[in-house]
Amino acid sequence: MGWNGLPILTLITWAPFVGAVLIMFTARHHPLAVRLIGAVTTGISLVLSVAVYLAYDTEAAGFQFYEKIPLVPALGISYEVAVDGIGLILVLLTAIIIFSGVFASWTVQTRSQEFYALLLVLVTGVFGVFVSLDLFVFFLFYELAVLPMYLLIGIWGSSAQVRPRGIFGWAMRETGVGSKEYAAMKLTLYLLLGSAFILVGILALYMAAGGSSFSFLELEGAAFDPVLQRWVFLLFYVGFGVLAGIWPLHTWSPDGHASAPTAVSMLHAGVLMKLGAYGIVRLGMGLLPEGTHDWVWLVGTIATINIVYGALSAMAQTDLKYVIAYSSVSHMGIVLLGAATLTEAGLNGSVFQMFAHGIMTGLFFALVGLVYEKAHSREIFKMGGFGRMMPGIATAFTLGGLSSLGLPATSGFVAEFLTFLGAWRSAHSWWLFPAVAGTFLTAVYVLRVVKQIFWGEIPAHGEFHDLPDARGPEWVALGLLMFVIVLFGMVPWIAVYPIDTATVPLLIRLGIRP
Amino acid sequence: MNAGTLALAALGLPFCSFVLLAVALPLRRAGRAAGALSIAAIGGSLLASLVLWRTLPGESVELTWTWLPAEGGPMATVGILVDHLTASMLVLVALVSFLVQLYSLGYLEHETPPALGRYYAYHSLFAFSMLGLVLASNFLQMFIFWELVGLCSYLLIGFWYTKPEAARAAVKAFWVTKAGDLGFIIGIVLLWGQAGTFQFSRLFQMAGDRTLPTAGLALIMFLIYLGAVGKSAQFPLHVWLPDAMEGPTPVSALIHAATMVAAGVYLVSRVYPLFLLTPDVLALIGWVGAFTALLAATLGLVQADIKRVLAYSTVSQLGFMMAALGAGASDAGFFHLLTHGLFKALLFLGAGAVIHAVGTNDIWQMGRLARAMPQTMIVFLVGTLALAGIWPFAGFFSKDAVLAGVWEGGLAIPFLMLALSVFLTAFYMFRVVFVVFFGPRHAEGHAHDAPPVMAAPLWILAVLTVGWGIGLATRGGGEKAHGPEWVPWLATALAVAGIGFAWLTYQKRVVTPETLARAFAPVYTAAVGKFWLDDLYGGLYRSTLLGFSRLVGWVDRYLVDGLVNLASAWTLRWGDGLRRIQTGRAQDYLYGIAFGLLLVIVWGYWR
Repeated sequence: MGWNGLPILTLITWAPFVGAVLIMFTARHHPLAVRLIGAVTTGISLVLSVAVYLAYDTEAAGFQFYEKIPLVPALGISYEVAVDGIGLILVLLTAIIIFSGVFASWTVQTRSQEFYALLLVLVTGVFGVFVSLDLFVFFLFYELAVLPMYLLIGIWGSSAQVRPRGIFGWAMRETGVGSKEYAAMKLTLYLLLGSAFILVGILALYMAAGGSSFSFLELEGAAFDPVLQRWVFLLFYVGFGVLAGIWPLHTWSPDGHASAPTAVSMLHAGVLMKLGAYGIVRLGMGLLPEGTHDWVWLVGTIATINIVYGALSAMAQTDLKYVIAYSSVSHMGIVLLGAATLTEAGLNGSVFQMFAHGIMTGLFFALVGLVYEKAHSREIFKMGGFGRMMPGIATAFTLGGLSSLGLPATSGFVAEFLTFLGAWRSAHSWWLFPAVAGTFLTAVYVLRVVKQIFWGEIPAHGEFHDLPDARGPEWVALGLLMFVIVLFGMVPWIAVYPIDTATVPLLIRLGIRP
Repeated sequence: MNAGTLALAALGLPFCSFVLLAVALPLRRAGRAAGALSIAAIGGSLLASLVLWRTLPGESVELTWTWLPAEGGPMATVGILVDHLTASMLVLVALVSFLVQLYSLGYLEHETPPALGRYYAYHSLFAFSMLGLVLASNFLQMFIFWELVGLCSYLLIGFWYTKPEAARAAVKAFWVTKAGDLGFIIGIVLLWGQAGTFQFSRLFQMAGDRTLPTAGLALIMFLIYLGAVGKSAQFPLHVWLPDAMEGPTPVSALIHAATMVAAGVYLVSRVYPLFLLTPDVLALIGWVGAFTALLAATLGLVQADIKRVLAYSTVSQLGFMMAALGAGASDAGFFHLLTHGLFKALLFLGAGAVIHAVGTNDIWQMGRLARAMPQTMIVFLVGTLALAGIWPFAGFFSKDAVLAGVWEGGLAIPFLMLALSVFLTAFYMFRVVFVVFFGPRHAEGHAHDAPPVMAAPLWILAVLTVGWGIGLATRGGGEKAHGPEWVPWLATALAVAGIGFAWLTYQKRVVTPETLARAFAPVYTAAVGKFWLDDLYGGLYRSTLLGFSRLVGWVDRYLVDGLVNLASAWTLRWGDGLRRIQTGRAQDYLYGIAFGLLLVIVWGYWR
């Protein structure tokens, strides 16, 4: 059980939930207490995640810190948690993002106790997904991670300006494009649609395997019919792919991320999108080797579309939050491309990119939130010369941008480079070229934004005067995220060793490695 | 201490200095203290490099550590590779970095302390990155540091980031070099696919015993060369270097003249055994290099900004080095890299002293500075004579070696282009000398020689340029030149002709510049328009890239997402329509029940 008898994964998962309960019942009308509870409970998760990360035995590999409590023995449902090399790094990612998210939203004013409570509940769901081995519980956690989003965006979100135009202009007017309610509804409906696909897929596998267990470890042993595999993989790909932002099902993400409040964008783009990619790798590829072989051409090809199309769309945006949101669409392409290569380098790159992109985009959304809070504008081309007033934010933004464009010594480079290697060794070596082109497009739009916002003269219209730099608690978030970007960029082996212990067995299962 | 430890010390000191300056905020904000730390660190590196260079063991030393692990052995390593190529490059980089950082204390004395601290933090990062590039033992590590020096270049060009031109130039430099780096990284990936390793020593071994598959190798080496085209400002990616002069002059001296821009040449020299397998690519390198040399020399003729003249001359000299490499004379190319690093840094720092004194870059607003700044005049003249290739300055021997190498390599037309460039180089450099130091006076105020902290680096570089040349001369003209007897005579004759012509034009006014411009009208117009390459790239960027991105953005918002909204709007409309069935009137529902019952009865009857 757990780690030397300590149910450590359970503690990591449920500590934020306990925090949420405490906030609702003890800290009403005490804003500081709310934040402290949030910081302490997510801090516990973070410290324990680091402990798990350090204690994970890469020699032994496989699932570790195993815990199991039967829930409904008749249906084979149990609370069964453990992490392998992939889950390990994603748990760490989640802990880092939520801990910095708590600090980045320190200044939320309206209904802060409900805000923090929902945020912490959501995070329990995310942790739960990454550690669950039982697919039923996995699905429960998955829904727990998706639903609070509706309230978080609908209540604490912000609206954007989108002009209804084009041949579908009437439809856009009718749905209220741009408002936060629209964004919240779109995101929730999309993700629920995706989870319907996933549920069908999980049930199909459960029934096909004899209907006795939802455990991943037992389903892994079952040999599914190739035709079933083909269809269920597609279900998983579409279902999880919605959350991972695959083209053309990605349009919830720019609107959702742009409307969401800072910590929610951080968590959503940073971690929840990874949850989709994780689902495809863990359930799709882990359980359905033949289905995987049938569909990787599609997964990889769409991923290259994501990379190039997302980058070009990001370049066309004038709203800062939309730029970052579209950059996520582009970078999630790298994640799925790496996975689709079915090579050791590519899969390692894919998982590494889940982590790297999570940290990078978390940093970005934290910074965009700060800039917006101080300048009350998201219009890139109205801003200018902010570097002089907020050098700290400018530095952090530049670092995030450099990681985004894959500059060496940041974690983004390692992920992209591994993916490139994998793409060239895959069955579709042409995937390499759109992927590399994507890095150039990223360099164009990221540096353009940095130059426009932080460099040059402060605009003469006098709207932006004496904007303050980041302060106290905000620096906790920025500092932590920047440190992680550079650390994993310079010494990537600390992540690649554990990841490799999980991807090589996956390749063996897929029949690529003997 | 052994070679490995020394190399690691040289690499580690600037890194520690950078980390300290990045993290310790009070230290960085202290300005001059930050400078002192950075200078001390690079001074230590210089010392280590010198010791390493003097005590170099016969065979190369290699140390590696796992960087990207994989099943059954590392996928990629980091490490250091020390041989005579590395050692001489290390000394050059550490020496110029040290002198430039020292010089900057004087040049940037009016900066605020936080800005100065930032400046030295960037410099430490640059020193670390450049030394790491030099010491790299494999392609991946080379690329890592390659990109990091590009980052430093970006940051330092944009050091005065509130100036819009500086901001634009910084971004342009990053994008243009990045475009070349796309080729570089694809080449590395493809080479890995071919050979399964990034390691130089393994690759050389495979090249040596012919186990490296040669199919497609030419393409791979061409792609890798593209990285060098961007970094070493070869045609057609040279356009970023002149604009990079927006950065502080010491930065131009260090990064955009002596060290970073030479990285492309260093890369080709480093992996020369692989290029030897692909003679076609080498020939291309030679042609492009010679063409770049000539093109940049014509561009240098029409610049009014003293730094831009020097920038184009850097592009031109990089072309010389590349031409030598392409012709098979890799020693000559690398030799020219070393001498050029010294005298070009000298020229830039000298130009910096002039700019510092008169407060402008425009040569037409200077004039008769020889009397006001005699020391600067002397050192600048030393640099100019070396660049023009006059005996016994160091530049004479390296340029002679390059020309001889290209002739021996059988590249006759590139040789002619280079010969013409030699003439033009002497002409445009002495144009600057005559106008700035001896021409009619235009400057206001009292210009005077630089303070000691700036003068000392100038004199050190000048003494090295002369001393090295004299050393080579006394040892019989340098053993590196193997070409025919007439080559040095031709080169000297051309250079002297260029000087004389410049004297006639700009000092004696026998021929006016306007007459020349009219006589060579097509070339003159093209050179003033920078051969329209900037316009071409600007147009491509604005119309094609941004235009296409706007199209994609529109498609995403109004077609892809429009379809989503269409589905949503239809759902809403259908819901709205179906809602009308729920009228709330009992009789409507009764009709419904009756109608349903009727249907059931009819269906039952028919069945």
